[in-house]
Amino acid sequence: MTDYARYTTGDPLADTKAPDGPIEQRWDTRRFTAKLVNPANRRKHTVIVVGTGLAGGSAGATLAEQGYHVVQFCYQDSPRRAHSIAAQGGINAAKNYRNDGDSIHRLFYDTVKGGDFRSRESNVHRLAQISVEIIDQCVAQGVPFAREYGGLLDTRSFGGVQVSRTFYARGQTGQQLLLGAYQALSRQIAAGNVELHARTEMLDLLVIDGRARGIVARDLVTGEISAYVADAVVLASGGYGNVFYLSTNAMNSNATAIWRAHRRGAHFANPCFTQIHPTCIPRTGDHQSKLTLMSESLRNDGRIWVPKAKGDTRPAAGIPEEERDYYLERVYPAFGNLVPRDIASRAAKNVCDEGRGVGPGGQGVYLDFADAIARLGRKAVEAKYGNLFEMYERITAEDPYEVPMRIYPAVHYTMGGLWVDYDLQTTIPGLFAIGEANFSDHGANRLGASALMQGLADGYFVLPATVNDYLARHPGNDTPGPEHPAVAAVLAEAKERLHRLVGVGGDRSADSFHREIGELMWEFCGMARNEEGLRKALDRIPQIREEFWRRIKVPGTEGEFNQSLERANRVVDYLELAELMCLDALHRAESCGGHFREESQTPDGEAARRDDDFSYAAAWEFTGTGSAPVLHREDLAFAYVHPTQRSYA
Amino acid sequence: MKLTLRIWRQHDTEAPGGMATYDVDGISPGMSFLEMLDTLNERLTVEGEEPVAFDHDCREGICGACSLVINGEAHGPERTTACQLHMRSFRDGDTIDVEPWRAAAFPVVRDLVVDRAAFDRIIQSGGYVSVPTGSAPEAHATPVPKAAADSAFEHAECIGCGACVAACPNGSAMLFTSAKVNHLGALPQGAPERETRVLDMVAQMDAEGFGGCTLAGECATACPKGIPLTSITAMNREWLRASRKVPRS
Repeated sequence: MTDYARYTTGDPLADTKAPDGPIEQRWDTRRFTAKLVNPANRRKHTVIVVGTGLAGGSAGATLAEQGYHVVQFCYQDSPRRAHSIAAQGGINAAKNYRNDGDSIHRLFYDTVKGGDFRSRESNVHRLAQISVEIIDQCVAQGVPFAREYGGLLDTRSFGGVQVSRTFYARGQTGQQLLLGAYQALSRQIAAGNVELHARTEMLDLLVIDGRARGIVARDLVTGEISAYVADAVVLASGGYGNVFYLSTNAMNSNATAIWRAHRRGAHFANPCFTQIHPTCIPRTGDHQSKLTLMSESLRNDGRIWVPKAKGDTRPAAGIPEEERDYYLERVYPAFGNLVPRDIASRAAKNVCDEGRGVGPGGQGVYLDFADAIARLGRKAVEAKYGNLFEMYERITAEDPYEVPMRIYPAVHYTMGGLWVDYDLQTTIPGLFAIGEANFSDHGANRLGASALMQGLADGYFVLPATVNDYLARHPGNDTPGPEHPAVAAVLAEAKERLHRLVGVGGDRSADSFHREIGELMWEFCGMARNEEGLRKALDRIPQIREEFWRRIKVPGTEGEFNQSLERANRVVDYLELAELMCLDALHRAESCGGHFREESQTPDGEAARRDDDFSYAAAWEFTGTGSAPVLHREDLAFAYVHPTQRSYA
Repeated sequence: MKLTLRIWRQHDTEAPGGMATYDVDGISPGMSFLEMLDTLNERLTVEGEEPVAFDHDCREGICGACSLVINGEAHGPERTTACQLHMRSFRDGDTIDVEPWRAAAFPVVRDLVVDRAAFDRIIQSGGYVSVPTGSAPEAHATPVPKAAADSAFEHAECIGCGACVAACPNGSAMLFTSAKVNHLGALPQGAPERETRVLDMVAQMDAEGFGGCTLAGECATACPKGIPLTSITAMNREWLRASRKVPRS
């Protein structure tokens, strides 16, 4: 066993910010008890926001509207390109416009249950309450949601729920919501309330006298590294799915901001909770750089199958009906092809592991529309899924009207993230984490169309109220100057690290290490995990890290535009984060949501939760690279939704 | 596949640039164009040469980061973004030219990377609805006719990549600007600021140094999202209407 795995247990962690009392009243109570900053004093406060996706964009715009001086960062050339833009399906809201029995309480219930009882009830209930305001706000901004002929908003159904509460803008809901937030942010930039630093990446966090007081960031065009001081720092830098190298995340989405904050004292919660989406286009070869999601909605009409025989390489059309195994319909007759994401993903992995996968490398299963086309006609199928079929054909050069699609699961979202309290504040005072960067609302599994809801709830409505409270309690004019020794020290450390990367002069690219760690994580910390594999990974990761610092090759210098350096710097953090993910997965000897431990399953092979031992959020404290972290447990109490074991058979 | 690439290399905005030739081998037809460039860059890195800089991020055709002129066409021969262009669109032995967006308002940052901040400034000049958080009325208070909603959506699909500017012989940003003007103008929520929006955005577009529009139509042909050319004529009408209503200072 590596030393790293010998973690110790520290004091339990408690969320002290959520008020007591009936859950419906907690957010109102908290907003009332929160202190306010006089409007005239707000412009004296600087708030840094890192990231411009749904959470960061909406937070920056709203804080600036309130009168704060916002300094905002994104690594992209424009805030409009943040990866929220790629979200397809929709956004949930408990409007109950369909009169189909929806309510705030039902959205709350569905989300807690969907998260497999590993989220905090107070936070989730607030999310459900705010969901209705989000739709109002976005419509007023001019977000072109789909509408009915009467001019009212259309909704559709999504996985795991029995009501129609998902608002959408064709298959580009994320894009349209993000442009709404981007435009609101643009208005504040023009008004001089937001100072935007595009193509600028956070390298480290400034913590002075126990409070977050700013960041160190690198101008990606000039290479200049500077310190930016502030009175509060908000991380909205997204998830860490790219630790797997191949994922549906954007190529440059990265974990550096949250990992650097973790190294400075912010606890990292539930890092092993990752979501593997079942319907992605399979990889075609070693050159593969990313994976593309195909909307979950396809499973409404597509039938998933593989050949019954191992190693059957005949084309799909050559395999007779009786030699096909529609395994989801066979194993889960009640839900069939519409089982939840985690179940569908694991089942696909199992049949491929048995040697029955299809396509190059045997890493794929068929999603077949032949029956739907025969039943509904090609036209009807085209009307429903035309754009998706076109996208599939563009990427694979196969016509899904003629041959079945091939799909395979891929890393899509990370439920874990920085631990935050009800105020979305991390364990470092003055450091807040919002959107996918925090761990708060989705437990061990996120429901479809809930990521957009959470990002906007955090950014537009929750954070502005709670940052207010924090700044009201820290009113002093004690903002440290750039000459402060702590600022200079962190700045020097960041420069030293990049200088070291450039100086190794080895023979391997950052990408090659990224692929290596990604493959290791996919194999041992992916869809199914077990103790032996996780221990293997924990042994291997320090070796890769050691090799990295010996063999990394970064052409060019740190004082210029240098994409190789950007990548290498992100890989440094993946090589540490991966270790924590494996340790978290190893310590959580239960299965829940997206975390499947092979040792903890029901006789039918389904995930078996162990509530008596693991009904808590695991928040890890950093103690040094490769050094065993400290576990702080936040016990989860369920007063409103009683935990039950899920069954889909 | 074996290919010859001729790629624009330029160290920074001020430095002179030029085409450099590279041979690449082992390219499979299923690779995306950017994965082909990844292959080249991996080799250059290991050999100690500086890899080719290019913008890219989502690699699924929606973020608008990628910005390559391939064989003289913005985003290359297919009507999609460069990240969704696959090598099967080329033939073994081809010579392929790869250049950055060419436009006065998009200075080259490095190699194939350009600065498109001018687009952000056009949006900042009026491409929004002024609605502070928390002040919105109930979403169903204002029904929007489906046709208006669909028209707004069609224009809102713009991903801000800049292919329209790169394709235009004049380097004009009319299609980009008109897409936003028409998106917000089609909706009742955008009506109160309708006149100032079009006047301010067009003024900013001109100030950024984009060329004038002569309705060449190259923009709409290159647009990976199919923003129609009629978007420009609609904006011209909006601008004339607004100019009559709002006296310009």
